[in-house]
Amino acid sequence: MTEPIEIARRESSALRISVRTAAILLAFTLVFTALMAGTYRATAPLVAASALAEKLRLIGEVLPPSLYDNDLMADAITLAPQKALGLDDQTRAWRARKNGKPVALVLEAAALDGYSGRISLILAIDAEGRLLAQRVTAHKETPGLGDYIDPKKDRNKARPWITQFSNLGFDSVPREKWRVKKDGGRFDQMSGATISARAVTNASGRALTWAVEHHDNLFALPANGRYEEPRSKP
Amino acid sequence: MNAYKEIAWNGLWKQNSILAQLLGLCPLLAISTNFVNAVSLGLATIVVMMLANFAISALRALIPYEIRIPVFILIIAALVTMVDLAFNAFLHDLYLVLGIFIPLIVTNCIVLARVEAFAAKNGLRASTLDGLMMGIGFVWVIALLGAVREFVGQGTLFSGIEMIFPTLSGIQILPADYPGFLIAMLPPGAFFVLGLLIAGRNWLEARANQRLREQRIHHQADHPTSVPA
Repeated sequence: MTEPIEIARRESSALRISVRTAAILLAFTLVFTALMAGTYRATAPLVAASALAEKLRLIGEVLPPSLYDNDLMADAITLAPQKALGLDDQTRAWRARKNGKPVALVLEAAALDGYSGRISLILAIDAEGRLLAQRVTAHKETPGLGDYIDPKKDRNKARPWITQFSNLGFDSVPREKWRVKKDGGRFDQMSGATISARAVTNASGRALTWAVEHHDNLFALPANGRYEEPRSKP
Repeated sequence: MNAYKEIAWNGLWKQNSILAQLLGLCPLLAISTNFVNAVSLGLATIVVMMLANFAISALRALIPYEIRIPVFILIIAALVTMVDLAFNAFLHDLYLVLGIFIPLIVTNCIVLARVEAFAAKNGLRASTLDGLMMGIGFVWVIALLGAVREFVGQGTLFSGIEMIFPTLSGIQILPADYPGFLIAMLPPGAFFVLGLLIAGRNWLEARANQRLREQRIHHQADHPTSVPA
């Protein structure tokens, strides 16, 4: 038989242990959260600078700096989510000018029909409606198979697949020919990995159509303005 | 065999995280599509395993037994986050290659397994060495898996190495018109190759045990009075 006093003592010691354990867990959580927060604060400026440099590098790849003389980063606008570009979130677009005249528009677009989902693109489209160049900024295509859409992974280093679009517009490639060859269009695809190429090709065609249609309105907007779709056409 | 040698041997072969313990299969199968990716993930894993083992070994006296698992997970996740941020800030070029792999390490249960099985019971030096050796054991297997899958799947080796060493480039081993073997690139191919590797290890182990037995029998035949081990 256990004395009532003994039971009370055990219960209180169990309670004490629980409280102590909870306090230790709380202390560990606080210490390590503080460590993470400290690391985040210490690294945030460097991380932000790297992200900006990466964006500038990508923009530089699609739009050579010699073509424009304005401050591209300052002459940016915000695009409200554009379904035509495959975008669900608002994005930035950059306007390149030379001597005050529009030269090219750099914008982001996405293909939602890649083999493994979304493929993000950055494109530069000049004032004549030609695609200067485009690059894949993010994708999840099968490594070694569909990832040739990214020139870093393309085994053809001399002439990566993505470069075949350079300097083409609907004046040289009619809209209905802006497809991969398998769909009766103009652009090559790798056999066995058509879906990735088709997704990028069709997304760039849509982006080009959209940019040509909205070109004047986009360039008329003040810097840091926000561009809403005037009215989606039926 | 002294204690440190045994730790090394356990990590590299006897208790190899993949071949013997079959731990950490999620990142293993996802990332071993080519050699360079595989080694990159492996190197990041070594760093985290050494740090985690070191930290837990240092703090082990403070961690109550009942809540050790949540505390371990908290520490591992915090370390991975800090390593990720530090790589991004201070080693940005390397981060562009390894960056996507670092958060994946949290999903690698080998880290938690070693912390629980070893670092929580052993001293600082032994625990850090265990993290290093278990990490190296992980790297060589994932590297082999990546090399086999890359070779069979796309006929190349070391593709993508220019992202780490810009002067080097991958090697095309099979003719450039090799159509590729898709299943090797997809998860089922990883299971097939991993199965073959485990079978190979079991075969080697069985052969070594067989030899040991034969030696003992000879030994007994030569010295009938000696007590069997």
